[in-house]
Amino acid sequence: MSAVVDEHDHHADDHHDHGPAKGILRWIVTTNHKDIGTMYLVFALAMFFVGGAMAMVIRAELFEPGLQFVDPAFFNSMTTMHALVMVFGAVMPAFVGLANWQIPLMIGAADMALPRMNNMSFWLLVAGVLLLASTLFMEGGAPNGGWTLYPPLVLQPITVGKALPFAVFSVHLLGISSIMGAINIIATITNMRAPSMRMMDMPLFVWTWLITGFLLIAVMPVFAGAVTMLLTDKFFHTSFFNAAGGGDPVLYEHIFWFFGHPEVYIMILPTFGVASTIIPIFARKPLFGYASMVWATGAIAFLAFIVWAHHMFTAGMPLAGELYFMYATMIIAIPTGVKVFNWTATMWDGAMTFETPMLFSIAFVVLFTMGGFTGLMMSIAPSDFQYHDTYFIVAHFHYTLVPASIFMLMAAGYFWLPKWTGHMYNEKIGQLHFWLSAISVNILFFPQHFLGLAGMPRRIPDYAVQFADWNMISSIGGFIFGASQLLFLYIVIDTVRGGTGEKVTDEVWEDAAKHGLEWTLPSPVPYHTWTTPPTIVPTEHVLDSH
Amino acid sequence: MSESVGKKNAKLARTLLIIAVAMFGFGYALVPIYDVLCEWKWIERDRPDDIKKVPEVAYEVDLSREITVEFITMLNESTPMEFRAEKKQIKVHPGEYNTVNFYATNKTNKDLLARAIPSFSPAVISGYFEKIMCFCFDEQIFKPQETKTLPMRFTINPKIPKEYNTITLSYTYFDNTEKSVKK
Repeated sequence: MSAVVDEHDHHADDHHDHGPAKGILRWIVTTNHKDIGTMYLVFALAMFFVGGAMAMVIRAELFEPGLQFVDPAFFNSMTTMHALVMVFGAVMPAFVGLANWQIPLMIGAADMALPRMNNMSFWLLVAGVLLLASTLFMEGGAPNGGWTLYPPLVLQPITVGKALPFAVFSVHLLGISSIMGAINIIATITNMRAPSMRMMDMPLFVWTWLITGFLLIAVMPVFAGAVTMLLTDKFFHTSFFNAAGGGDPVLYEHIFWFFGHPEVYIMILPTFGVASTIIPIFARKPLFGYASMVWATGAIAFLAFIVWAHHMFTAGMPLAGELYFMYATMIIAIPTGVKVFNWTATMWDGAMTFETPMLFSIAFVVLFTMGGFTGLMMSIAPSDFQYHDTYFIVAHFHYTLVPASIFMLMAAGYFWLPKWTGHMYNEKIGQLHFWLSAISVNILFFPQHFLGLAGMPRRIPDYAVQFADWNMISSIGGFIFGASQLLFLYIVIDTVRGGTGEKVTDEVWEDAAKHGLEWTLPSPVPYHTWTTPPTIVPTEHVLDSH
Repeated sequence: MSESVGKKNAKLARTLLIIAVAMFGFGYALVPIYDVLCEWKWIERDRPDDIKKVPEVAYEVDLSREITVEFITMLNESTPMEFRAEKKQIKVHPGEYNTVNFYATNKTNKDLLARAIPSFSPAVISGYFEKIMCFCFDEQIFKPQETKTLPMRFTINPKIPKEYNTITLSYTYFDNTEKSVKK
């Protein structure tokens, strides 16, 4: 191992004059994977708070029955924009940011394969999100027909105002941005690995991103196509979804969910990758079942393409179709179960310690599994008729996104920030942030299961009085959760500016260098790394074999 | 980065870009694929594709059964019309022929090109509901303020499964004046 570090240090001396450019231009024109990764992460964090503020508006309005703060159209804009901002502005860019930072470090590459395209995909993302945000200030308000943009609702004057074309072009930009990001990541992983690193030596974060990249390339263009059809139906008299012209609105649902289901796995597979990276280090054991983790990821990605209509059980399908999509959906529980058991087995008998990243990871395993189980409940077609479009589905997908994707993004922040900055975060505040988040996220979302089972529909600003108590509890949880995230913002800023002042080692975490290449580099990571590829590759696979 | 890696990257990026463009095309290809799947009954439409004229054939009327047929009339978005059925519902025996009149009025002072689209509930019976005459077969041109009487003659195939006692038939009028209609 030391040979690798020495070699690197020697190289860093050669290149000490190649630091970052000075001033604001460094960030605008940069092609450095670390700079771009940082920009993605900062942007995603900012959007997390924007989307979070929208969620606070929603929870404030739902605190009590009746209309208190906002008018119904604005409320519906908030549910629509909260979803779009969180999905396309926060979670996806955050994982692209992690990929930019970590993949080259983990596979021993000097940079991403296509650095200039990397810069462009980031700035297209910013343009896309700004275009989307601009609709908030338009006559008629932001889109308020739901993030799925279902016709005919989304094409009606009352729901679109002037916003529809802006939302559509925003989706185009975001789509192009994430497709370019995906192409870059796939090319980096395929061509830029250290010569000694075989595919089955790659860390799981790299594996999950490789597969996610293919999902992105396969489905983002389909979504772009679907919204283009909406646009031409609205303005150019086509009839893709217009029954009068021989079209069918249900067709849109099929196209949308052909994109939409892989899309939810685009947000969860890198989450799995982060969990598979963090858990072994704090359990001080190699990842259990490395190969099965890789195959399970591939299986989930494949299944993502053949289960879309389980979002549409109530839209009208022949019995055979309902049964097919029901059983196909249930099969997803198998590879997902493999993963959950593997994480559990990794922790089993391990010398575990409970630093903040590990706490978030354990909470992820438990709470994501709960979200998975409610997913299984809804995969049962006849039961889904009760759950469909109620708060039960809202509880389900928030359990799979907030204490899963968001928690693992937080965990990734705590886990890698010391490596990136060379400063240790404040563990006490980190633990406080964890416990506040983990408790309040359950106060926030668990009651929504009860509301859904009792029949409360989603996307409404007002509700019948029998739902009042659980809504109030849910809102209180929401406010605590929202406020707790300010602690994370504080910790990130504090860590970047010096943290606890404790000097972090190159490994940061005990024996981390056995688990991944990035821990053999100095802390903080120099601006240029792996200009000479590493010769020894410490990976889960190597550890597995001894 | 050596030259060969740069070339490999460019080549792979090109291939992946082609896949992305092809997937954009695939999104559009789903439109005809959907029509075919509907025709094969893999996906079920409550709006039958085959809103076709059926020749009047003499069925043996099944007097032992009585099916209630309900009519719903609707206007899409801001279609400037009035539209109603002469009765809300009728009771029919499978195999017998009935005619129901609908009335539609153009409320504007301009010519109006309009089209009525039917929808059935439950969806599965659409195959047993046979129309000999229906205004929903074509678009109609309404002169300013014109009211048309629109007859719909139908029968229910006696082979309709026993469990169906009520059929709801809804018509929605769409303003097609500005649309170039895909036939």
